Amino acid sequence: MEYFLELFLGGMTRGSIYALIALGYTMVYGIIGLINFAHGEIYMIGAFTALITASVLTIFGLNPFAILVLAGLAAVVYSSAYGFTIEKVAYKPLRNAPRLSPLISAIGMSIFLQNYVLLAQTSDFMPFPNLIPEFAFMEPWAHIIGSSEIVILAVTAVAMVLLTLLIKFTRIGKAMRATAQDRKMAMLVGVNINRVISVTFIIGSSLAAIGGLLIASHIGQINFYIGFIAGIKAFTAAVLGGIGSIPGAVLGSFVLGWTESFATGYISSDYEDVFAFSLLVLILIFRPAGILGRSESKKV
Amino acid sequence: MFFVNEIKKSLLISCWFIFLTFPIMVIRINPYEEIVDYRWNNLILVGVGSFILSLVGRAVQRRREKIGQNDTDQTAGSTFRIATKMYVPLVALSVLVICCFPFVFSTYQTNIMTTALIYVVLGLGLNIVVGLAGLLDLGYVAFYAVGAYSYALLNYHFGLGFWTVLPIGAGLGALFGILLGFPVLRLRGDYLAIVTLGFGEIIRLILENWNDFSFGPSGIANIPRPSFFGMEMSLQAATIYIYFLMVGLAVFTVFVVNRLQHSRIGRAWIALREDEIACQAMGIDKTKTKLTAFALGATWAGMMGVVFAAKTTFINPASFTFLESAIILSIVVLGGMGSILGVIIAAFILILLPEYLRAFSDYRMLLFGATMVMMMVFRPQGLVAPRRRCYQFRKTDDPAAGIK
Amino acid sequence: MKPILTVDKLSMDFGGLRALDRLDLEINTGEIVALIGPNGAGKSTFFNCITGIYLPTGGDVYLTPPHGRKKIINGLKPNQVTKKGMARTFQNIRLFTEMTVLENIMIGRHCRTKASILGAVFKGPGTIREEKEIVEDSYRILVKIGLADSVNMKATNLPYGAQRRLEIGRALATEPFLLLLDEPAAGMNPMETKELDDLIISLRDEGMAILLIEHDMKLVMSLSSRIYVMDYGKKIAQGTPVEIRNNPKVIKAYLGTEN
Ligand SMILES: Nc1ncnc2c1ncn2[C@@H]1O[C@H](COP(=O)(O)OP(=O)(O)OP(=O)(O)O)[C@@H](O)[C@H]1O
Ligand SMILES: [Mg+2]
Repeated sequence: MEYFLELFLGGMTRGSIYALIALGYTMVYGIIGLINFAHGEIYMIGAFTALITASVLTIFGLNPFAILVLAGLAAVVYSSAYGFTIEKVAYKPLRNAPRLSPLISAIGMSIFLQNYVLLAQTSDFMPFPNLIPEFAFMEPWAHIIGSSEIVILAVTAVAMVLLTLLIKFTRIGKAMRATAQDRKMAMLVGVNINRVISVTFIIGSSLAAIGGLLIASHIGQINFYIGFIAGIKAFTAAVLGGIGSIPGAVLGSFVLGWTESFATGYISSDYEDVFAFSLLVLILIFRPAGILGRSESKKV
Repeated sequence: MFFVNEIKKSLLISCWFIFLTFPIMVIRINPYEEIVDYRWNNLILVGVGSFILSLVGRAVQRRREKIGQNDTDQTAGSTFRIATKMYVPLVALSVLVICCFPFVFSTYQTNIMTTALIYVVLGLGLNIVVGLAGLLDLGYVAFYAVGAYSYALLNYHFGLGFWTVLPIGAGLGALFGILLGFPVLRLRGDYLAIVTLGFGEIIRLILENWNDFSFGPSGIANIPRPSFFGMEMSLQAATIYIYFLMVGLAVFTVFVVNRLQHSRIGRAWIALREDEIACQAMGIDKTKTKLTAFALGATWAGMMGVVFAAKTTFINPASFTFLESAIILSIVVLGGMGSILGVIIAAFILILLPEYLRAFSDYRMLLFGATMVMMMVFRPQGLVAPRRRCYQFRKTDDPAAGIK
Repeated sequence: MKPILTVDKLSMDFGGLRALDRLDLEINTGEIVALIGPNGAGKSTFFNCITGIYLPTGGDVYLTPPHGRKKIINGLKPNQVTKKGMARTFQNIRLFTEMTVLENIMIGRHCRTKASILGAVFKGPGTIREEKEIVEDSYRILVKIGLADSVNMKATNLPYGAQRRLEIGRALATEPFLLLLDEPAAGMNPMETKELDDLIISLRDEGMAILLIEHDMKLVMSLSSRIYVMDYGKKIAQGTPVEIRNNPKVIKAYLGTEN
């Protein structure tokens, strides 16, 4: 039972990270119908920025809490800046191109960013300082769930609530929903599409950066390649929940997290990634609309 | 006035990129010794580089907008149109170069050429799937792996030779193409891309983890080179032999793809790429047509896998990652989707350039990524835009055919 | 006269929206029938349902080839429907834009020819003959629709009216006995409309039946022998042009939306 609980909570932690990344996929897909293949790299860049900031600040001798906050801030700012720029450089010129063109551009961008970090930094794994302190009150449960896992769950929950509020109640949130529903109509009623798209990329990238910081601190090492696998898994989660749907992305992420956690825990850890990929393939083949998504019928 | 404005904008952009790349490009930490290394000259590099790129990009954009308005030439054109007069001497020259190459240059050079030729064929094979039929296959390398492992394993277990396995590998490629293609080909374009990527990774992960079957990450070594009527050959002779074998296969591929392209099936592929619904409404079986394209592409990948295994004599799963698929895809994208000549040129550029310009070799993948983005943004039709065939008719006075 | 197309209580729902409501319709050999109705009445949806692009939620569609037996066709894929002899055009033109004018027509010949991959690679005498026939047949169709001068032009570069005619030509290449035209005159100038008028009549004279969705009432009244009127997915009237012109329900449906 304890083992089950450990796997359950472990799956939930995984799921939280996937959710933070999957939201970026789902939001961008909802607005411009593009699988932003480079989204995983934004998460990776967030983690790298956090690592670099934290290391520099450690040498300056700041206190750990300040380091955590500043590193998080830097990660969010830089990831957003990258997300924003990528959209302007690689996707915006292709808005009226055939559907596959922006996807190819996104794949190119993903490869480019991976190698950019590889060349500018290193191909080795970099140790990531544990920015999240061990809480004393967690002591009794430490064998089931660690402090950093609690923080991951808590931060994710807060981020979800904030995102929901933003989308439900702010002006830009409403504009986003309008654009997702019908871009032409939204344009006609005066929504600034370019702004909506940029904001979508910025929000998605910020969430990914938070995810990057948390998981890097939790696992303790990063390299240029972490974005690729995480990106595909998060995309799987987004599709699983129904791409374009925000609650769907969260639900899908937890389902994926649990699947992986239980499959590796009870079956074999050799095939960890195979489980995720198989889930992806099966979902797309048998229920491409996902759990919460509606199957779209194209008007002819 | 316009120029000053452009410079101002480009300056702003270059400032933005300096800010953007600052942490990653300038700071490098050494986590073990707690030393921070500041590389300020990178800052200047990024600043100047992005300034120039932005200026050039803007100029190109402006020119394109200008031409865009009077782009009504009647048939699809291309910048690399070779005059018919030049055609014969050019072909003769290439034949000469190709035949002499291994005798003039070293074994090492010949090997590189063979690799380039393998990519030419892979590019042409993927071109059927992506370029002609418009199916973005991101798991193409899986079929390459199928070919390579079928040779390695059939040889290891049953001692089958290269020439026996070559058609088997191609056949297995086709079979896998059909097996994988059948469930996924009804998916929308972008989902298809992701599913094929997933399949590709699954196959690689299985090869990596199923030790009893594939010998895991350590791979399979001592795969025999192709035999020449059972004769033993020196390493040099074998290299030359594989080179000419690849030349032959490349010519064969060009021949087949060219014939297919202008056939009934080839036209159906292109129509499918242009508009699926209209295509179906015109009586074309979508699933069957897609499946043929997918399976044919896979056939070529399977065949090349066999050659690859025979050439390197050692294979392991690391040769069949997603990046390999991406390289082949960037060849097709750079060359021009659906253009044979373009794909050949692109394969040579992308494979030989990093080999010969050592300075480039580290930046290989960076360049591949950048190529894909730049091509999509600035020249989506590729280096050599595919041309449609033109037909000539005598004016008919056939009364039955007229309107009135 | 026996009907070649019989539609029996055809229904189509999109979520909560009932776009077609138990619609009946019949078309006889060699007649031109018009299907009219205000915007959003469900006319294009009707086409999509009988040609297999949408799967109708209720009702049946039967097709009776001139020398064949009556067969149910709902549930068939669009390509199978076309092969059975019913071809169509689209309201928003869907040509293969990057292909040439001639090639667009050649695509229409696909389902009446049969060269395989092996045939294409080896190019035996049979394949060569067939390919020659495809080209010639396609050219003949281009002559018929008056586009013989633009054979090698890219389809996108054609003027609007010519693109519409090319779409008709492409459908003709599949050798249909029933042709469905979705607003063929939309966006045409009077001269182009006149040419279209002539083309449709010449097709009818060759024995082809035509079902036509059209908003241009002059064209509808002059061409069609019978007219069906629909509104909100329901059939509200049917009859000869004269009957329809004087039908109060029709007038109401149109005035109701036009005011
Ligand atoms: N794929 C679809 N999904 C949802 N609703 C649809 C779909 N296709 C059509 N509809 C709806 O069905 C109704 C009928 O549409 P349809 O296009 O058939 O009208 P129409 O009679 O052809 O109008 P028009 O004269 O404007 O072409 C409309 O309300 C339309 O919004
Ligand atoms: Mg309509």
